[in-house]
Amino acid sequence: MTDFGAATQPPDELFDVTLVVNGVSRDARVPSRRLLSDCLRHDLRLTGTHVGCEHGVCGACTVLIDGTAVRSCLMLAMSADGAAITTVEGLAEADGTLSPVQQAFTDCHGLQCGFCTPGFLTMITAALAGNPDPSEAEAREIIGGNLCRCTGYQNIVRAVLRAAELRRAAGSAAASAERAGAS
Amino acid sequence: MKPPPFGYSRPESVSEAVEMLASAGEEAKVLAGGQSLIPLLNMRLAVPSHLVDINRLSELSYVSIADGHVVIGALARHAEVLADPAVRAAQPLIAQALGLVAHPVIRNRGTTVGSIVHADPSGEMTAVLALLGGTVVLANSQGERTVAARDFFLGPLESDVRPDELAIQVSMPVLAPRAGCAFTEVSRRNGDYAVCGVAVLAELTESGAFGAARAAYLSVAGTPLVVDLTETGGDPAAAGRLAMDRVAPSSDIHATAAYRRHLAGVLTERGLAAALGHARERGSD
Repeated sequence: MTDFGAATQPPDELFDVTLVVNGVSRDARVPSRRLLSDCLRHDLRLTGTHVGCEHGVCGACTVLIDGTAVRSCLMLAMSADGAAITTVEGLAEADGTLSPVQQAFTDCHGLQCGFCTPGFLTMITAALAGNPDPSEAEAREIIGGNLCRCTGYQNIVRAVLRAAELRRAAGSAAASAERAGAS
Repeated sequence: MKPPPFGYSRPESVSEAVEMLASAGEEAKVLAGGQSLIPLLNMRLAVPSHLVDINRLSELSYVSIADGHVVIGALARHAEVLADPAVRAAQPLIAQALGLVAHPVIRNRGTTVGSIVHADPSGEMTAVLALLGGTVVLANSQGERTVAARDFFLGPLESDVRPDELAIQVSMPVLAPRAGCAFTEVSRRNGDYAVCGVAVLAELTESGAFGAARAAYLSVAGTPLVVDLTETGGDPAAAGRLAMDRVAPSSDIHATAAYRRHLAGVLTERGLAAALGHARERGSD
């Protein structure tokens, strides 16, 4: 009989972790070595976050932690204990209305197979919050750490600029509505 | 592509962290930003017995200017250091280098102290620490010690941090009056590891003439290589030739030794010209 050593390895110690994912507090019991990406996908069944390279190169697993974009494959679930996490599932409105970045990807044909898209959407969402009016060069810098093997990136760059337009339009519409409401 | 099993503890203070390191044994590692360590775990190139996760040590999350030095705590992320206007004004070389460290999303999580401790020969901040003659503060359960940059880097991915020690802070001198700096590198793609890179510091005399210059190189040796360029009299072309003479790079899948040597020459020439220009610009303010 072949002994693969599985029987001799003690089971991993388990830890309790609480993550506030897309506004909902979620609990899981995980081994210390559980990556945040796997915790989201396997323990919490949120499979929108995609796993490509698992060493921080492709960007498909990007999520927002307290509003900041990070690679969920380069972080332990335990390091995120107590943090507020936004995944691609949390970008659209509750009624299904697409976020400006999602709408821009639709408008500009910013995806083909869609595997890399969750990482682009979260990355661009965080970047536009910090820089609402990027130049084309800045748009390229924003997506420089994300790989896409289908599109050739041109339409993704257009989508970044379009998303910025949509955000600004939504912002000024909200401001006018506020003024109308106040008068 | 899953990390091997390891013990895990998450201290809430530095004193707790060093106690945990003291009892965790020789094969324990500190986890800070994890942007180098976790890929190594995922690929099982590192198999630590235990990780001490310092991400709760908010007492180490600081960047400040004190006594003529930029002081960076172990939990300050690259992005925080890069965005700090006081650091940019006090020592512009730090921001020049940090802008070339990986991609923004990696800089959001990776720590500056962590990348220095990691001692990757292609790390931008290791070269900056070596060029500026900075120091690293290491703590264990007995106390603290301070190590100078020239003694800190022992080899590729090897720094003078003992198994029971936690690097808590790095410190780098601010840019002197009449001095200028530049950081330049060549990489295959935006955000990739540099095939060759150089950080240059140049100083003018009180009369505005050339005073001294030195350069630090990444990706051409196992540890950051510092070369004194003063004998060139501030002539960028002569500095380029001196650099080609002094570096001894090796070949790998990314570049041949000859190409790296060529880059060291070209980048030194450009870097010295830019650093001298920067020094003159500051002198005329």
